[in-house]
Order: sequence, then structure tokens, then C-alpha cells
Amino acid sequence: MNESPVKVVPRNGGSAGGAGRQLQIKVLRHNPQRADSTPHWQTYDLEEAHGMTLFIALTEIREKLDPSLQFDFVCRAGICGSCAMVIDGKPALACRTLTKNHGHTITLAPLPFFELIGDLSVNTGKWMRRMSERLHGWLEMKDKAPDIGRIEETMDPALAERIYELDRCIECGCCVAACGTARMREDFVGAVGMNRVARFRLDPRDARSDVDWYDVIGDDDGVFGCMSLLACHDVCPKDLPLQTQIAYLRRAMVRQGLK
Amino acid sequence: MKIVHTDVLVIGGGLAGLRLAVAAKRRGHEAIILSLVPVKRSHSKAAQGGMQASLGNVIKGQGDNEDVHFEDTVRGSDWGADQQVVRMFVNTAPKAVRELAAWGVPWSRVRKGDRDVIINGQKVTITERDEAHGLIAQRDFGGTKKWRTCHVSDGTGHAMLQAVADQAIADSIPVHERTEALALIHDGGRCYGAVVRDLIDGTLTAYLAKATAIATGGAGRLYRVTTNAVICEGIGHAIALETGVATLGNMEAVQFHPTGIFPAGILVTEGCRGDGGLLKDADGHRFMPDYEPEKKELASRDVVSRRMEQHIASGKGAKSRFGEHLWLDITLLGEKHVKTQLREVYEICQSFLGTDPTRDFIAVRPAQHYTMGGVRTDPSGQSPTLKGLFAAGEAACWDMHGFNRLGGNSVAETVVAGRIVGEAIADFCDRSDNDVNLPMGLVREFVEREQARLDTLVRGGGGEDASALRIRMQEIMTSKVGIFRNGRDLQGAVDELQQLLQRSRRIGLRSHDPGPNPELVTAYRVQKMLRLALCVAYGALQRTESRGAHYREDYPRRDDSTWLRRTLASWGGDSDTLPTLAYEPLDVMAMELPPGWRGYGAKDYIDHPDTERRAAEVAALRERMTGADRFTIQQALMAYEHLLPDALRGRNERIDERFVK
Repeated sequence: MNESPVKVVPRNGGSAGGAGRQLQIKVLRHNPQRADSTPHWQTYDLEEAHGMTLFIALTEIREKLDPSLQFDFVCRAGICGSCAMVIDGKPALACRTLTKNHGHTITLAPLPFFELIGDLSVNTGKWMRRMSERLHGWLEMKDKAPDIGRIEETMDPALAERIYELDRCIECGCCVAACGTARMREDFVGAVGMNRVARFRLDPRDARSDVDWYDVIGDDDGVFGCMSLLACHDVCPKDLPLQTQIAYLRRAMVRQGLK
Repeated sequence: MKIVHTDVLVIGGGLAGLRLAVAAKRRGHEAIILSLVPVKRSHSKAAQGGMQASLGNVIKGQGDNEDVHFEDTVRGSDWGADQQVVRMFVNTAPKAVRELAAWGVPWSRVRKGDRDVIINGQKVTITERDEAHGLIAQRDFGGTKKWRTCHVSDGTGHAMLQAVADQAIADSIPVHERTEALALIHDGGRCYGAVVRDLIDGTLTAYLAKATAIATGGAGRLYRVTTNAVICEGIGHAIALETGVATLGNMEAVQFHPTGIFPAGILVTEGCRGDGGLLKDADGHRFMPDYEPEKKELASRDVVSRRMEQHIASGKGAKSRFGEHLWLDITLLGEKHVKTQLREVYEICQSFLGTDPTRDFIAVRPAQHYTMGGVRTDPSGQSPTLKGLFAAGEAACWDMHGFNRLGGNSVAETVVAGRIVGEAIADFCDRSDNDVNLPMGLVREFVEREQARLDTLVRGGGGEDASALRIRMQEIMTSKVGIFRNGRDLQGAVDELQQLLQRSRRIGLRSHDPGPNPELVTAYRVQKMLRLALCVAYGALQRTESRGAHYREDYPRRDDSTWLRRTLASWGGDSDTLPTLAYEPLDVMAMELPPGWRGYGAKDYIDHPDTERRAAEVAALRERMTGADRFTIQQALMAYEHLLPDALRGRNERIDERFVK
């Protein structure tokens, strides 16, 4: 164990750096609630601070420059999925985006595909709930009335870790926003939906089998709609193994379809 | 006037609100959940390290049970907790964890055989039992005698929230996302629902219900530096306070978490220290054993946070351009452990600090973390003063945390209280005498009043800036109502907060959109938040002792003789600038565990006159019952099971306490 703190002092003295530059934050704005609103770009000038994230930058813009600017943040720690937006052309979480990793002009637009609430705020929640209802995206318990006073059922520790790996999805919508199929098929379940199915398929506590799963995703709005462009995999902020999960799922559904 | 009717109106869609709605719905009552955000984005998600429940599966948890969990929680609370409520909680927590396992939470599981762990800075090999293989695993946390914290890697709240929100969807419980309750509708004795604002289009709707439940979480954003999500502004607390009838308990009890990432305040879990991580100073010295030889880094959060600030004040803080901080060292846990069991921490360090916690220390400093105070309720979750109003979770004070909450007890509380209060609400709605005869005139009056307030903000033409008031409030709270408090600073805080409250009545907006207008939201919230801030600061000023997280430099001793009582804040009228404080004594003679030393922190306190008598009584009873089982003894000391719903009574099975088939 190395006791010396010298090696650990970050070069910039405790934060992630980025300071002194004049940033231009260029935002695609539109308020669909107002009949007189049309989509337009607005640019805000801001001095970059050390360790500045887009959460800090946008909060500062709202507090000091433009109190009407709409955007969504909740956890500001990369775990809740609220703040996905298109950042310099790519869907990503704004809270985890350090300005120093971008040029002095940063372009922000709302996620496409989802219903626009205003400016950078989109209604991912509504879409996710509908997707979940359609897929029955919850655990269908094998044991409907477990005796919770008794010792729990055992589970292989490695399997629990594999289920958690897929359970880490934060429903931010980046995968759907980046999806080629979703542009053409508005009912496409997206990687988020397929990952959800993969998660419950893996779970021995779930009562469903591939016959049931085929019913919900064995079509072009499900796993056969995927064109394997796999931008979903590239943009996923939680690094979920979407590529392999979609491939496994498609193989399983093909098998099921041929039965 | 738009009106929505339901049986149960649940304000807040985090774990407590969701669990409560599921409980009520499964008893046949319609529930609607109001949520500022999609429910899976709620702050419950940020619970990382785990949920306390005395399963005792891991070898270091062997011998754990409800009694040990009870004592840890009461000591943690510095005897501020309601001990019957703590008993209800510790008996239900194992059931809640097992229920969640059945609902699909992928709890981390025990692997049989040898494994290396870090304890007190040393590598130790422990051997898990064969019969524990595949059962839910526990890790160590602060202020506990046993390893009790059940977890899903370090994404526990996330996994729990997924499972409970999924059950709510499966049960077809409607969630009205992006809505905010602005006021409770009541007649001074009975709550009938709430006036609710649609955050997308700005319209108001009256939601009318037999039972209304507040489950809106904490109020961390009263402070400038907090681990809390940006939505944790305490608006649920505030609308209860503004009834003038419901009260808030112990608002001065505010927890600061030792390891907020410096300077952003983003949380890194207590699991870092539970798993063997160490706190170090500018010299790389591990300083906690110098202050707390018994529990070291794993004393309760209030104690560790104070020791950290004390150490920084002694000149040992590491310096940075943002000020001073300390280091959290988890490099000794090894890369594999960090990347599997602390992976959120790993991601957070990479994303926000640009550092690798398997190689670099993490810059940390205590940050506001938890609101122990809340809407005062009885053990069933109902307000004793406003019938039909319930509260659960962090927004409530029923009161299981007293003046300091133990790590892992809050996410456990959400699902435990959600279930208990949900059942109580179902009982309440079952009784025909609780049917509501809706006074429509009253409903109209409330909706019109809220609309008029919004109109005044939008068009009133005042000159005060809402954001500036809010920032100043947060600065005052962080600098003067923080970890170390004293009479002079607190008085200064109260004075200035009162001025801010008066100024907030003259807010003017730059954007006059009545619909989706973030500035309007900031404006009406800051008016509410200032009232809450005053409850915290004024309560802290009046409480001339130190207890749990409330530490007064000018009154450093816990004083049971005067202050073994709960603060109850109420708000008189619109023009008031201070809450009215009343006090509710805790009955030492009814306690299962009479006050004493916590086992860490200061040993110096002033006894309550009843303490000695009750301690002797308890000791005599234990003596007399030698040979009886622990349940019989507990029942004789302080009965509590009658307070639990039928379905939650009864014992919890463990490897070492098998049920006979």
C-alpha cells in the first residue's frame, strides 16, 4: 500500500480542470406550448470554470443569464438518466459531460424521437412507461405469494451479477435517440426495451419463457426491426452490453419462430 | 376548475411513495402518484451502498438480529428516535428485503468459502458458510455492530427503484409525471387532497382523495453543498407546514455525509469505508483512529463528519483551489473489488474527477445528505393533527432516526414505511366514516388562492430575483447552520433568512410565461424553502444542547434533562416570518433502551432524571426473566407488535434461527 498522497494530487489541484476559456453554449430552443414559438438557435457566452460540467454550465445560464431556459437534471451524478441531450451531435448525459473535453463552442439540442416539452427537455418518462406496459417489463413472479418471514430463495452469485449488469439501464433514451430503426418505426421498442426483455429472460424468478417473449418482441417493432447499426451500443452511457444482448435475443427469437 | 378524484393521493414517486401506492392498491384502493419527474429518476435511486436488514447471512453478520439492529439504530439516533417505531422498522426490514428479492432485485449474494477482505486497513481472510451460499450478502457500514447492509453492488437504490416502480406499472397505478403539489386542501381538521400544478403547461388541478400521503423525500437543496438531487427541495415538507395544522418534527436534525466528492458534493457511498476504505489527511496519515479508537472510520456519520472538519480546522486538510478537503483511499481494496462492488464510485470518479480510484485517492469533504426531520406522524404514518394526511420516508418524522440516521437505514425505511403506512392508509380508506363529503366551495377557494399567488408572481412586478434569494439562502444554511453551530451564527442566520423571506414576497420575474416557466418554479419554491430553512435554523438556535448531527459549539453536551424532546414546528400565517415551536417530550420510562453512551463520540452528557430509575427497571426485568427467549423479554420491556399491520407481525427466519417446519 502506498501511503504517499503525493502521487494522488491531480495535476490541476483537485478538480477535473478546464478554466479560463470563453465558452459559447449554443442551444436549440423551442417552446411547443406557445403558438408563436419556432425552433431557433440561441447562444450563451460563459466563462469556463474548473471541472465544469454541462450541469454546472446550464444551471449558471438559468440562474444568471436566462431563467426561461428549459432542461432536466435530477441526480447530476450520472445515475438517473434525466439529462440526456444531443451534445455536439451525439446523444449523451449532460451532467457527466465535462466542458473541457469539448471545443469552445458546444452545441446542444434535445433528444430526437421523444415528445418535446421545451428547449432541451423531452418526455422520455412517458415513452418509457408505455414501452414497459407494452413489454410487460416487470418481473412476472413464479411464486406469487412468497413467505417473506422465511429465508429467501438462493441465487447463484455470478447470475445475480449478470442480472444486475443488465438492470443498470437508466432509461435515459440515448439508445433510442441514436437508433436508425426508431426513425422509421415509431413503435420500435429500442435497445432499452430489448435489454429489458433480456434482463427478465435471464432471471430464474421470472415465470415467462421464449414463447411469451416471442409474442411481445418477435416482430419488426421488436428484435427483428433492429438493423444492427448498433449506435445504441456506442452511445450507452452505462456501457451496457447491448450488442451481444440484442444478438442473443434475436437468435433466441429466431429459434422460437422456427418452432 | 379541473378536478381529479381518487382514493389515495400519493405526493412523491420515490421508493416510499411507490411502495405505499402498491400497498394501498393491492388492498383495493385506487391510488394516483404525483411526481416531479419520471419515477425511476427519483432520488431514491442515489442510495448506493445498501439497505440495512438483519439477515445475518455473511459470517461477519452471524448473530445479528432485530435486537442488535434496534440498539444500533437507537444509539445512532442519540436517543432521539421513537423506540417503538424503531422496533417496527427492524422487524420489518428483513421482510422487506426478502419481498424485494421476490420482486426481482438482483441482491449481491454470498459465495461460500474463503475470501479476502480489508478490515481496519489489513487484509483478512474470512470463510463464508456453505449453508449461506447464494443467500443475500451483507457488507459493513458505520455505526453497526454486525455486517448488515444488503446491497446490489453499489447501485442498491437504483435496483430497488426499478423493481418497485415496475410493480407499480404492473399494478396499473397511474403516475402523473411532471406535476407538483402546491398546497394541501384542508379545513383545519381534515385533509382532502391537493392543488396540483402541471409543470408542462402550467395549469392547476384539484386532486381530491380520502387519504393524502406525502413522500417527497428530503430538503437537501436548502444547502449550497449537498449530495441531494436537484429536486430535493422539501416542497412536500413545506406544503404540510403551510397548512398551519400539520407540524414538522426535528427540522434542525440535518445529516452531513462524510464523503461528498469535493467540491461538487456528489456522494460516494459509505460502502467505501464499510469495505475497508480509509480517510487520510494532507500528510497521507490515517487520522480517524486518533479520534475514534473504537469505531474509527466506521463511527456514525455525524461523528465522522465532525472529526473530519475538526481535523481540517487543525491544519491537516489537503489544499486545492476550491478550499481544503481530505482524502478517501480505496486503492487498498484492489481493482477487482472496486470495479465490481463499487462500480458507481468508479464511474463517478472517472466522469467527474478524471481520476482512477483504484490508483488515486478521492478528494472528499462532508456535505449535507439527509433530512432527519419531517412531517410529524404517529407510528401508522398519519398526522396527529390533520386527519387524512399521511407521510412516509425521508419526508416523514415518525420518528426512527432521531438526531442521526445510520447509513443504510433510509433506503430500508422507504420500503418498510411505504408498506406499513400503505396498509394503514388502506385501513383508513376501508372505514366508511372516512368517506369524504367534499366541500366544493373550499376546493374552489384553495385553487383560486394558488392561482392568485402564481399570478402575483408572474405579473406582480416585484424587484427581487428568485435565483439570487435562493443562492443566498443556501449560502447561509451551509455557512451558519452546518456541522458546527453556535448561537451567534444561528441568530445571524435566522435574522437574515427572515429578511430573505420578506424579500421573497416581492419577487419579480423576467419571463412572464404562465406555462412552462422555470423561473416561476424557482420563485414559488424559494418562498416555501425559506420557511423550511427558518424551521431548521430557528429550531437549531433554540436547541441549546448537542445531540446527534445537531452540534452546538456553545453547548457541546447532550442534555437529556432538558432536551430529550422532539421539536414541533408549525407556521401561523402568510405574514409570519418565524415558525412557532412546541416540544414533545420522549418518555424515558417507556424506553426499551434507556439513554447512555453511544459507543463512539463524546462520553459526556447530562442524564434525564428518569434514566437511572428506568435503567434499573430494565436490568431487574432482564434479571427476572433470565432463561426466557429474547422475544419474550423484548415484549415485556416495550410492546410494539400491536402497532404493525397483521401481515408484518411475526418473526424472521435466519440460518441460525430456523423455523420449525
